[in-house]
Amino acid sequence: MSIGLIETDMTLDSSDLRPDRAPVFTPGDEVSASTSGPRRFFSILFVEPKLDSGAASVPVPDYFHDLNLDQIVAGATAGMQEYDLDRIFHERLGTSDAIDYRHEVMRDLEDERILGCVNKFASTMRRVRRRLEQSTKLYFNLQKQRWFLHAAETYCTAVCDLGDGLSSLDPRSRGLRALREYVTGYARSESFTTLHNEIKRIESELGAIRYSLRIKDAGFKLRKYAGERDYGAEVADTFRKFQQGEVKSYLASFADAPDMNHIEAQALEFVALLHPEEFSRLARFVAEHRDFADPILTSFDREVHFYIGYLNYIAPLKKAGLRFCYPRIATSDKEIDCAGGFDLALAAKLTAQKATTVCNDFYLRGPERIIIVSGPNQGGKTTFARMFGQLHHLASIGCPVPGSSARLFLFDSMFSHFEREEDIRNLHGKLQDDLFRIHGILEKSTARSVIVLNEIFNSTTLKDAVFLARKVIERIDGLDCLCVCVTFLDELASLSERTVSMLSTVVPDDPATRTFRVVRRPADGKSYAISIAEKYRLTYQQIKDRLSDEGLPSI
Amino acid sequence: MKAYLLYRDRSFDLAGGHPPGEAALVQDLELTTLFAAMAQSDRWVGEVVPRVVLESTADVDTIRYRQEILKDCVRHAEVVRGVYALAVRTIDAERKIYGAVFHYPSSTLHRSIQVMEMLIVALKELRETAEEQVSAFQSDGFRTLFGMLVEELGDSYLETIQYHLKELRFARGVLISARLGEGSKGADYVLRKENPRPARWSARVIETARRAFGGGPPTYSFQLAPRDESGARALGELRDRGINLAANALAQSADHVLSFFAMLRTELAFYVGCLNLLDRTDALGVPYCWPQPFASVERRHAARGLYDVCLALTMGRAVVGNELAARGKTLVIVTGANQGGKSTFLRSVGLAQVMMQCGMFVPAESFETNACERIFTHYKREEDSTMKSGKFDEELSRLSAIVDCLVPNSIVLFNESFASTNEREGSEIARQVVSALTERQIKILFVTHQYDFAQSMHALGDPAYSFLRAERRPDGTRSFKVVEGEPLPTSFGQDLYARIFTEEQANPRVAGAAVS
Repeated sequence: MSIGLIETDMTLDSSDLRPDRAPVFTPGDEVSASTSGPRRFFSILFVEPKLDSGAASVPVPDYFHDLNLDQIVAGATAGMQEYDLDRIFHERLGTSDAIDYRHEVMRDLEDERILGCVNKFASTMRRVRRRLEQSTKLYFNLQKQRWFLHAAETYCTAVCDLGDGLSSLDPRSRGLRALREYVTGYARSESFTTLHNEIKRIESELGAIRYSLRIKDAGFKLRKYAGERDYGAEVADTFRKFQQGEVKSYLASFADAPDMNHIEAQALEFVALLHPEEFSRLARFVAEHRDFADPILTSFDREVHFYIGYLNYIAPLKKAGLRFCYPRIATSDKEIDCAGGFDLALAAKLTAQKATTVCNDFYLRGPERIIIVSGPNQGGKTTFARMFGQLHHLASIGCPVPGSSARLFLFDSMFSHFEREEDIRNLHGKLQDDLFRIHGILEKSTARSVIVLNEIFNSTTLKDAVFLARKVIERIDGLDCLCVCVTFLDELASLSERTVSMLSTVVPDDPATRTFRVVRRPADGKSYAISIAEKYRLTYQQIKDRLSDEGLPSI
Repeated sequence: MKAYLLYRDRSFDLAGGHPPGEAALVQDLELTTLFAAMAQSDRWVGEVVPRVVLESTADVDTIRYRQEILKDCVRHAEVVRGVYALAVRTIDAERKIYGAVFHYPSSTLHRSIQVMEMLIVALKELRETAEEQVSAFQSDGFRTLFGMLVEELGDSYLETIQYHLKELRFARGVLISARLGEGSKGADYVLRKENPRPARWSARVIETARRAFGGGPPTYSFQLAPRDESGARALGELRDRGINLAANALAQSADHVLSFFAMLRTELAFYVGCLNLLDRTDALGVPYCWPQPFASVERRHAARGLYDVCLALTMGRAVVGNELAARGKTLVIVTGANQGGKSTFLRSVGLAQVMMQCGMFVPAESFETNACERIFTHYKREEDSTMKSGKFDEELSRLSAIVDCLVPNSIVLFNESFASTNEREGSEIARQVVSALTERQIKILFVTHQYDFAQSMHALGDPAYSFLRAERRPDGTRSFKVVEGEPLPTSFGQDLYARIFTEEQANPRVAGAAVS
């Protein structure tokens, strides 16, 4: 039994939507440049077309895991795997203009209306892909053709909606303004309007078809529907007087998978025989419009999710009252600052649990380069260090950063060294490993680097630790790079005019309560051990009290 | 189609909520004895009667509506029992019709046709009974039901149904229309009926000729290859899609008709239960009367020959009846000798109230009372070893739960409440409770041997208070009658003591017989 009227080979795959498959529509071809030459649209992420076509994926920066940036990216790209966004989050930009380009787009997308317009385009394009996949996967040719038509129709809707949407809005960014020029020109182009009209015509012809089946014994007969009356309604009507109250439904639900069994396919083939003109038009359409999607627009669809993902990720935090800002970028001097900064990954978790996030400030002026963070444990020191690193990376990819205001340095490379707990079994090996890794970092660092060190040399004797840490800080001092160093060694805090001391703090009246605030203050050398002991009710008096209650253990 | 034999305008909800205090009411008034007498051996009556009795309506019109229906039932007991039996039989018959485990429309349709054919026979029988009896019955309820059956289920309608049941067997195949949905799959399958062929002879000839010469609309045919099982399944599914709505409509209609029979069975079960009880009381030769209900805002309570029907049923003979004349009274306090019939009297009052408020006759020579919004009992409980709190705690906590549920114009029957503490404290609490409740429009009957409480209430001289006393004959024996009388400072404990210790061995049953 042969199925299908048209012997067109329908091997499609969804990669047909990839940029390199089709000729690029050029706005200048059909739209007269009315303004003083709107810049041509390449990409919503980059000012200029990139030279390397991004074929090789950008490696994950080494510091990603230490700084919990991997959690941030996972959160920002959740449910968006199909767009392959990770590498955009990995790849730092080299100029402040490139960062500005993204800031502009991001600011536009903070406008609900513009974001809504783009989101609508994205969700419609997702449907285009699903439908093309359907067209590829299915077996029967008549079905493949129809799904292809559905995909093309959906694509036209996406384009028209995007053009109409952006035209009624006023984006300020270079990126979205250029896109608007591009898509409105494209939507008016003859090739697109022809495509769209052809689709509408075929859809309406096929949609108007009605047919009747008479199923009897082991077969069926099919013919055009001839206005026969609705017998189900007649039966329901006859029995209506018995109705009282709700009764259970006996309606069977049928699995409506998109594919067909051979009986349905046979019926469809008969329908096609009854309507030869309509179906041959469909076949012709499929053959002539294999690559209907514009590569620039499909590329935009992917890239814009970098912005959407990040904005979605920070939206609940903003709602919870946390602030984000577009950082100013320092390229020559190293005077950096941040007001109300926080660890984004931690804040996302805390906000989900309806807990409060503590914000911290920092600044470096003049010769200051190195922040030494000391103070009570569990007081937010590590979180502070992570925040410092996160702020710099997020700034380098053009994202708004946690904080009410910030000025951050455009670094060339960033390094982190966090204690690795799994190595604790072999203390000797661990110290050696620490030193080896720090050496590597210092070798690669330049005056434009950022270094984040967390609890270095914890595993050795105090004397060794002071010695080694002092040496390392002196080396970093010599490099003139930016550094945050978390340590229990408060000797490090006053090594030179380039070091700044910051302390994690406790509530003055209740030393057992930590504030998670890290403030700029000289290290005072006070022992915090007692406050931690109080928290666990293990001081002299507490232990006596607990054991005095007639020997009963207390909690 | 509705039966509407319990409410004028709605069906009885067998799954309706349980009124608060229901369990205590059943226990304290020994309603299980009443229910058992009403159920006899009919399981369904046994299930329905407690629900109807306990749902208790305070609406005077509903009470009268049911009284009229019950009077019809008494007059035409055989007819009513016959209709009930038909409803029971019909529902049982449906259960015996085999149904497939998986509900494909074709199997649903197949079974529904069988069920509906059975139901049509039952409906016809029901209608014929209605036609015969419609003029003999007098109550609004039965006249409406019978009238509706005669009107709705005429022969021509039943024939129309039978015609459709035949058509739905699809001897000539199933005709379905469709359009092309998403991906060109068939969609919007609608069951169709072949257009009638042209009526005129000449037109038919033309049509036949047109087809013969290929001028008609083209038709394509497909036949399954032998052993194409997946094809047969697919074709079956296509057919199922076509008949889905019709199968659903028929199955739901069968359910509706069945639910009519189920409702008829439920509502008649209550009246059959009443008839069963009447058979028992008639056999005992004890009287019944049709109580006169008054609105719940009124304060009426009057009876002659009021007796505890449960006690009569248990003992198998007539028992002592009492008078009550408490018109305008908000509080009735019953005092008097222990074992003097106080509790039995209280129970007979409660039973009569409950029976009246579900539309039943009442075990009395005459009875009138105001309907009460809710009926509660607060009885002294035997010591319970599982109780964690003390007995007095337990009593108060039960009372608190009752107060949570009280609405104005409810009634509370107290029996020896607050006796688990000393008389001074018990009396004080009783005074406070009773005063507060009566001021909040709660009607109270209070059986107590706490003289301090009863006497202090009597001393108030409020005309809305009534005081009764278990009668004690001058010779010290009890008549088990309760008569008007102010509280007396002793409960005749010595009498009891003396009697038990002198007569117990001689005739223990007499002592036990009237004990509550």
